[in-house]
Amino acid sequence: MKILVCISNVPDTTTKIKFTDNNTRFDSTGVQWVINPWDELALTRALELRDDTSNSVNKVTVGHVGTSAADPTIRKALAIGADDAIRINAEPEDAYQVAAQLAEVIKKEQFDIIFAGIESSDFNGSTVGSMIAEFLDYPSVSAVSGLNIDNDEPVITREIDGGKETVTIPTPCIAVVQKGIAIEPKIASMRGIMQARTKSIKVMEPVDVDIITEVVTFEPPQPKPDCVFIEEDNPGKLVELLQNEAKVI
Amino acid sequence: MSVLVFTENWDGKFKKLSFELVSYSNKVAEMLGTSTTAISIGSVADDELTKLGKFGAKKILKLENEIFKTFDTRAYSSAIAQIAQKEKAEVIVIANNNMGKAIAPRLSVKLKAAVGSGVTKPPLSTEPFVVNKKVYSGNAFAHMELKTGVKIITLAQNSFDLIETSNDATIEEASVDIDKSAVQTKVKDVEKQTGKLLLTDAEIVVAGGRGMKSPDNWTPLIELAETLGGATACSRPVSDEGWRPHEEHTGQTGKIIAPNLYIAIGISGATQHLAGVSSSKYIVAINNDKDAPIFEAAHYGIVGDAAKVLPKLVEAAKEAKSK
Repeated sequence: MKILVCISNVPDTTTKIKFTDNNTRFDSTGVQWVINPWDELALTRALELRDDTSNSVNKVTVGHVGTSAADPTIRKALAIGADDAIRINAEPEDAYQVAAQLAEVIKKEQFDIIFAGIESSDFNGSTVGSMIAEFLDYPSVSAVSGLNIDNDEPVITREIDGGKETVTIPTPCIAVVQKGIAIEPKIASMRGIMQARTKSIKVMEPVDVDIITEVVTFEPPQPKPDCVFIEEDNPGKLVELLQNEAKVI
Repeated sequence: MSVLVFTENWDGKFKKLSFELVSYSNKVAEMLGTSTTAISIGSVADDELTKLGKFGAKKILKLENEIFKTFDTRAYSSAIAQIAQKEKAEVIVIANNNMGKAIAPRLSVKLKAAVGSGVTKPPLSTEPFVVNKKVYSGNAFAHMELKTGVKIITLAQNSFDLIETSNDATIEEASVDIDKSAVQTKVKDVEKQTGKLLLTDAEIVVAGGRGMKSPDNWTPLIELAETLGGATACSRPVSDEGWRPHEEHTGQTGKIIAPNLYIAIGISGATQHLAGVSSSKYIVAINNDKDAPIFEAAHYGIVGDAAKVLPKLVEAAKEAKSK
């Protein structure tokens, strides 16, 4: 079985977020780029499945929509252990466009299970994975916190409000994954980094897709009033403030 | 033209989130000069459905069918898409929760409708249609134009106040054409937490971090949550250590919550943690390090040791609640 893990290239989560060009563009000066944290967990689980010989998963490919600027991030995924990569050479504009591009590639290359992180830490859209599923008319399960394979059939744990469900769906399918799918993201070993240099990143040209959303402007969050400090030995004062000033208890 | 809102139910009942969705939809409908139609999938009694009318739904469509007993993303999104087309929906409103996140993207592709997700406010304008959404995990907002004829909004929980109106709603049966064989999700097992307040529903959340020092110190924290009628949560290191269950982890990769009050005890407030709680209306921090970043995000703070402050805080909360 073949797994595709869709990865997004995002600013490191500790980045100070700034904008430029009259607040219309993200200021990437000095930004460290990383694999989106949810995609990193997806990749970790995909590799665990490949390395577990009790199932038939034998190949993990990473897919990305972006320019060559994202190659270092893709290399990182290869260093962590992915077998190869496909990059669709287009500037990512919105979720719909990214999903449409990935769907085209999946049609051509055929995978059994497609993993996508439930959201990206930049646009927090939570849409790409399930959009791919609809473009391909594949079954999909979202909020996936566990995935095993039993006789080539994915057995999936998904989070529901106030609990969990174990479900199965036939392949090819999309699993939109969240925390729990893997505990700690896998880290590249020195050997992995060396090997990644010779692994292939196949570059494919994009298809024409309409862009259906546009960021008009960005704004920083509203500044918040300074923290009001209360003496350590007087928590009663805190309760009073919460009751009479904030009116939340 | 109409605004269509999908209202999920939990064992035949709605909850505050459902009414937030309807209130929000009605606000959008007012802006567009149209009315709100609610769609409910599954078995819900008419007197429960009527409640949606109180928050502004003019028409309530109920769709009861065996097929929908299992949550299959294709079947649900296909049903909502068919109804959206029949009702000539211009805007579709869905919750930004587990179910909503699974449905909205599929609907988007089916109807070629742009999605604004995790929205917390009414649209900034309707021509062009611009929504305000959180980006960079809460570190900024984007004014995003949805450029398609039909638009989809997923609304963040606890971000829009309920608005009661005196609308009398009509209830109608809806019908859709879904091929049973297209439903391919099979449920093998369900595990539900019963009788416990869900973290995402809680209006007050009390969370502990590594500063709690040991899982044995959680008793007063739980007592505080119980006294205030809230839920308990924790930071990532605490759930990774196994001190508390993973369901309690709030933060970027854990649960994203927006309670009215978030009390962080012994949590330093790394960006990843704040990304999950920054939408809370009020944040209280108790930490022995006065330079901890959590105080930057907090409205009220106590610099002190959790073990010393907590018991006194519990006592004060109990006293205030008993009045």
